[in-house]
Amino acid sequence: MSEAKTPFIRLIKRPLMNPRKAMAIRIGSIVFAFILGMIPIIMAGSNPFESYGIIISGALSKPGYIRQTVKRAIPLLGAALAIAPCFKMKFWNIGAEGQITMGAIFASAIAIWFQNSLPAFPLITLMMLAGLVGGAIWAFIPGFFKAKYNTNETLFTLMMNYIAIGIVRWLQGGPWEGRPGTQIIPMFNDNARLPNVFGIYCGWIIVLIMVVIVHIYMNYTKHGFEVAVIGDSINTARYAGMNVGWVMMRTMLLSGAICGVVGWMLVSGANGTLNADVAGGVGFTAITVAWLSQLNSFAMIIIAAILAIIGKGSATLQTKLNVPASVADIVSGILLFCMLGCEFFINYKMVFRSKHEKEVK
Amino acid sequence: METVQNNCAIELKGITKTFGKIVANDGVDLQINRGEILCLLGENGSGKTTLMNMLSGIYQPDSGEIFKNGEQVAIRSPRDAYTLGIGMIHQHYHLVNVFTAAQNIILGMEDQKMDLAAVNDKVKEICDRYGFNINPRKKIYDMSVSQKQTVEIVKVLYRGAEILILDEPTAVLTPQETEKLFAVLRNMKKDNKAIILITHKLAEVLDVSDKVAILRKGKYIGTVNTKEATAQSLTDMMVGRAVTLNIDRPVYSSIHDKLEVKGLTVVDHEGIKKLDDVTFTAKAGEILGVAGIAGSGQKELLEALTGLYPIQSGSITFIEENGQRKELVGKTPMQIRQAGVGMGFVPEDRLGMGLVGSMGMTGNMMLRSWRNGKGVFFDKKNPQALADKVWKDLEVVTPSTAFPVRRMSGGNIQKVLVGREIASSPPVMLTAYAVRGLDINTSYTIYNLLTEQKMGGAAVMYIGEELDVLLELCDRIMVLCAGKVSGIVDARKTTKEKIGLLMTTVGGHKEKEVKEDEEEAENE
Repeated sequence: MSEAKTPFIRLIKRPLMNPRKAMAIRIGSIVFAFILGMIPIIMAGSNPFESYGIIISGALSKPGYIRQTVKRAIPLLGAALAIAPCFKMKFWNIGAEGQITMGAIFASAIAIWFQNSLPAFPLITLMMLAGLVGGAIWAFIPGFFKAKYNTNETLFTLMMNYIAIGIVRWLQGGPWEGRPGTQIIPMFNDNARLPNVFGIYCGWIIVLIMVVIVHIYMNYTKHGFEVAVIGDSINTARYAGMNVGWVMMRTMLLSGAICGVVGWMLVSGANGTLNADVAGGVGFTAITVAWLSQLNSFAMIIIAAILAIIGKGSATLQTKLNVPASVADIVSGILLFCMLGCEFFINYKMVFRSKHEKEVK
Repeated sequence: METVQNNCAIELKGITKTFGKIVANDGVDLQINRGEILCLLGENGSGKTTLMNMLSGIYQPDSGEIFKNGEQVAIRSPRDAYTLGIGMIHQHYHLVNVFTAAQNIILGMEDQKMDLAAVNDKVKEICDRYGFNINPRKKIYDMSVSQKQTVEIVKVLYRGAEILILDEPTAVLTPQETEKLFAVLRNMKKDNKAIILITHKLAEVLDVSDKVAILRKGKYIGTVNTKEATAQSLTDMMVGRAVTLNIDRPVYSSIHDKLEVKGLTVVDHEGIKKLDDVTFTAKAGEILGVAGIAGSGQKELLEALTGLYPIQSGSITFIEENGQRKELVGKTPMQIRQAGVGMGFVPEDRLGMGLVGSMGMTGNMMLRSWRNGKGVFFDKKNPQALADKVWKDLEVVTPSTAFPVRRMSGGNIQKVLVGREIASSPPVMLTAYAVRGLDINTSYTIYNLLTEQKMGGAAVMYIGEELDVLLELCDRIMVLCAGKVSGIVDARKTTKEKIGLLMTTVGGHKEKEVKEDEEEAENE
């Protein structure tokens, strides 16, 4: 009769691994990633140990460096918090980029229209609310179509990104252009700028508060429970009497609102004006942050910090050792690959075909 | 004898196939002749589809031999099967929606040049020969279910199949379409093809087949000439003798109406009637069994009752203890709960519908109570207490109430689900295949829990597949066939054979016609 061959490597699902061992594997994978990351650095003609040293010192050795690193981490953390509820629901919102941009547009509109007539506090509050509404609207549109017509949310949210960025380009060169021909929107007045705390705009306090709020929302509220059930099985959610379509739209509203707040912080805090690069890929990098932290909002602080350090540090590396800064992208890519890959080894184990087994057969 | 030998298209000898501990086929012998329609008959899980999958190369037998034209052959893949001229039309079609009929027909044929005009001509020729009617240029997504089936059949014929296997082809067809299909099958028979038909509808078996082979629990029972068979004799062979299980069945003192269903009709997204004018009453203090071949509308019935399936017409009325009547049609599951109608529901798909696999027992207890709790926060204390209680009372084996239920064994998963559903002592308790895949002990635990609910005055509905269990556990049994009620019988007075007959007779009242057919057959 036909003889089925045992494959050389088989994968077997593991029983639940104890948390300590799982953590060891995760840390091991990070170490492994940095070892692998040495290869592109060597190929760029530099000493990897020296390079890693410069990355770290370039990000953390001086208060000024630290400030810049934190500045990078703030929107990353904020956007990761925003997409976490969507991803928990298995709703693949990759439109954080556009939602941030839209929030930034709305906040900027308030700044441009009212900066000469309103004092700082009401103006900034109004900008925040506007940003929140802008991001929420941008996220609600794909949420609505997914809930009502089951459109593909991945494509939809992705396309929405480019529309938002296109709108900024138009504003830059048109209605909001400063000196004609510059394609630049002038800096906002001081009353539209977020105040600094410890030398960094106060957005870092806001995102830290959001970490706690998102954590509570996801783990202790009815809404969070609904999101978790839908993420596991839509049929179970219907069985339990949940209104799946509404929960999807509501979660997207929330996600977009947080993104909008991030957009507001970027224009009012980090940049002081609006440009087409306002989100600058943060919405995509945030996906990495959210995945690597397994949607745990406290873990996101650490991951966002690591990615910000690599990013800032490699900018220094470029100036000092003439290693291209894109090495940072390569290293974070390798890091993502290894950390996601290690989850596979936590859930499965490999069994190699052995001679013994053949005899048993 | 000589002619029979020559006529034999394919022969199976001692075919055995096991999946883990389950023996799907146990030493099956089968002979299929050219110019003959053979019906393969058997209950759910009797091994029909497994046997046919071995003929079409999807599975390989563990032991046994297959002969074609007297020569032993090995069928290792669907390609081998095609080479031998065996083609199977599966219950679920394997067609590419965005391709045309002709493109689907030549799909996967390597030696085929993409000369669609020639393909179209050949398809036309096949259609004319057997009386099909399809447009080879039409896209699959524009086709009705019956047309898709036609494409599948033509696909098989196009590849030169001499032996055709059809797995429940009439399940998705209207009576008119069924007639057409049978006409085509008769034409193929005249063309000296061998046809194997899997169906559960006895009227069809008697109508179209020449021979009937019967399987029961993986074993081959025998082959009879259709002319010599009656609906009753076939049913008897199919269900076998009744087995005594000694399930405790007390009688509740004051049985009264609880859930009144009238003319319930539902249609699925493809426009097929899944329930057709279903009328019955579930009574408090009774277990109402629901018997039927798989896919006769059981799943849709329970989902319609709980507000999960869209209802086309009919009424579902819940009767309160004080006689007040509440209409449930048009309400969402949440609205039904908010109207104060307590319904426990143990769905067939435990992890996919009744439970959240990634959560522990506590999280799963919350599925029924997540709306309680102050403000925006959910309450975890009560579900935790309930989880602890179910864990202890039903002896669920799990390291903790936070351990994901997905990682538990099937029996424990079911205990969690049933434990939660009976916790609030709902006046209506609906269960679908509540003991499927469970060991004997756990099964009896479930029977006892349901009987306790009944004795507490609940109206229990038990959708089951094992007739022996239905006969001993239930008070009344409703039999569904192709979405229609073919009869509601007293479980204490009926027999396995009677239920078996109802299960295979659409509408039930066709019994008379069947008898007339038998008389005709006898006269001949």
